[in-house]
Amino acid sequence: MTRLEFWQGNIACAEGALAAGCRFFGGYPITPSTEVAEHMARRLPKIGGVFVQMEDELASIASVIGASWTGTRSMTATSGPGFSLMMENIGYAIMTETPCVIVNVQRGGPSTGQPTRASQGDMMQCRFGSHGDSSIIAVSPASVQEMYELTAKAFNLADRYRVPTFVMADEIIAHMRERIEVPDTVEIVERRQLEKGALPFAAGEDGVPGFPTFGQGHGVHVTGLTHDERGYPSSTDPGVHDRLVRRLVGKVEEARHEMADYEVTNPDAEVVFVSYGSPARSVKQTVRDMDDERVGSLRLRVVWPFPDFALHEFKNARVFLVPELNLGQIAREAARHTAVPVVPIPELGGELHTPAQLAEIAEGYL
Amino acid sequence: MKDFREWLREDRMPHIYCTGCGNGTVINCTLNAVNQMGWEPENTVFISGIGCSSRAPGYIITDSLHTTHGRAIPFATGVKLCRPDLHVVVFTGDGDLAAIGGNHFIHACRRNIDLTVVCMNNYIYGMTGGQGSPCTPLGAISTTTPYGCDEAPFDLASLATAAGANYVSRWTSYHVKELTRAVKAGLETPGLSFIEAMVQCPTGYGRRNKLRDARLMVQWMRDHSVLMKKWKQMEAEGRPLPEDKFPVGEFVRRHRPAMGVPEE
Ligand SMILES: Cc1ncc(C[n+]2csc(CCOP(=O)(O)OP(=O)(O)O)c2C)c(N)n1
Ligand code: SF4
Ligand SMILES: [Mg+2]
Repeated sequence: MTRLEFWQGNIACAEGALAAGCRFFGGYPITPSTEVAEHMARRLPKIGGVFVQMEDELASIASVIGASWTGTRSMTATSGPGFSLMMENIGYAIMTETPCVIVNVQRGGPSTGQPTRASQGDMMQCRFGSHGDSSIIAVSPASVQEMYELTAKAFNLADRYRVPTFVMADEIIAHMRERIEVPDTVEIVERRQLEKGALPFAAGEDGVPGFPTFGQGHGVHVTGLTHDERGYPSSTDPGVHDRLVRRLVGKVEEARHEMADYEVTNPDAEVVFVSYGSPARSVKQTVRDMDDERVGSLRLRVVWPFPDFALHEFKNARVFLVPELNLGQIAREAARHTAVPVVPIPELGGELHTPAQLAEIAEGYL
Repeated sequence: MKDFREWLREDRMPHIYCTGCGNGTVINCTLNAVNQMGWEPENTVFISGIGCSSRAPGYIITDSLHTTHGRAIPFATGVKLCRPDLHVVVFTGDGDLAAIGGNHFIHACRRNIDLTVVCMNNYIYGMTGGQGSPCTPLGAISTTTPYGCDEAPFDLASLATAAGANYVSRWTSYHVKELTRAVKAGLETPGLSFIEAMVQCPTGYGRRNKLRDARLMVQWMRDHSVLMKKWKQMEAEGRPLPEDKFPVGEFVRRHRPAMGVPEE
């Protein structure tokens, strides 16, 4: 069963989180993400959850990570400037394998930039923003419906792989109002618990250790220092560091097939749009308007880890066109994985590409 | 537990602390107080930032978070708000708490969240090799104040008091019994409890400041601390307060509204 609502993207995001069992939100107001925090402030106390407005974004993400160690599904929401402040503790969450969800409603940067305008300028920052080698998961919603669904899904991915998971939205999706079908329940994949007596940071074949929830007698020491399988600091042994970092990266990258989530239109196409987030809406209209089997589309719902194999589904592709609200961040990633030319179609300033503009570019390659 | 030493994680010994370091004294006093509370390790969590002082939780058998520099308190806030029934103790240093983490410190005092924060104030950055901290005394030599510190230091206990903490006291590693009692009083008081423990860092501070070894440093703290009662009396009588001395004892014990307190 579903019920129909007419919601703003940010509200759908908050409701998706609540449906997924999120019971802790720590945040700091910032446009264009603030409605997520405001909605959580209204809703969480009524359902036995905790909302806390922290003193800044460093504290917000810290509180979220702390909350997660009690076994609570936890999240924060922010935008560019706040996202930059979170980077060090995001690295801590990666190193300590703490599941958490971070919503970034992207706005124009660098710096304070364009607080009220859309952007996708943080796609590389979410992937590489914290220091050291690492991997994370990022989803990118293209509708209010997906703000709900992908936020809920982000909690499952975070818990399954014990890695910070990003909802990389943008101002357009976050502030638009759209019809949404709200399901009665969403799928919940629980965090796998550590077996009593097992080493807390020893992983099985999938590279993901069981989770030793605080307060259950595991007596686990959690540190951002390089640590061994007991969780004990071991920061000068090259082998320990090498094994740990390769496992942290491998558990995400090697699972990219099982977590792949994308949409293919016209798989035999020669000219293929690759998009995610709000530009995917323009692409959808363009492909429909052009009504030509030689023009196709790959739309990513999970952007990181990047599904390189999805590009290879287009056997006849002669060019990949990548419209983004940045100067070509995911275009650069796509180019790494294919010998077919990849052409970025950047749009800065907060306006979407128009279908007419995209059609004209596509025509040029037919 | 019968003895506070049972809280120590023995398979992590030997520890990293230098000979004569004051941090061990504070860890012992704190564990002694925790043990006297009758708490169980399953229900107790230690959380810290980065620094020599912040290595303490790694030597304790409970669940623990050794977090990022300055951020122990907001991590602890997340734990405590989700599980008010857990006892959460924060270990921190003067740099961790008052420099990089200063904002979190005053906001935690304002919120009066039910944590006990034990700061090992060695008035120096020990871990990174003896740089000046916000608590380095005027004139003191550090690697970043080679001509003498020309910035006035923070008075951490007064800062916590002004910011709203429910319980605040300061002692030194010389005052072992008083320090243990103060930590216990902090653990008993709902809301934020702040215990400033002045400690010696012979490696980063003492040897550059004519206090060659731990013994001289502890003697210095004994001779330069003044009991709160006497300090207040001097204040009341309008006598000049000695600039090279500091008060020790209880700064405040009160019942401002608090957060994260377990329901009875
Ligand atoms: C963000 C960040 N900046 C700097 C450092 C380097 N650093 C490690 S410990 C420390 C100072 C610790 O001083 P304090 O908190 O007084 O602890 P102590 O070692 O004296 O006990 C610094 C600056 C760091 N780890 N992280
Ligand atoms: S450097 Fe100072 S604080 Fe650090 S272990 Fe040595 S004596 Fe203790
Ligand atoms: Mg120090």
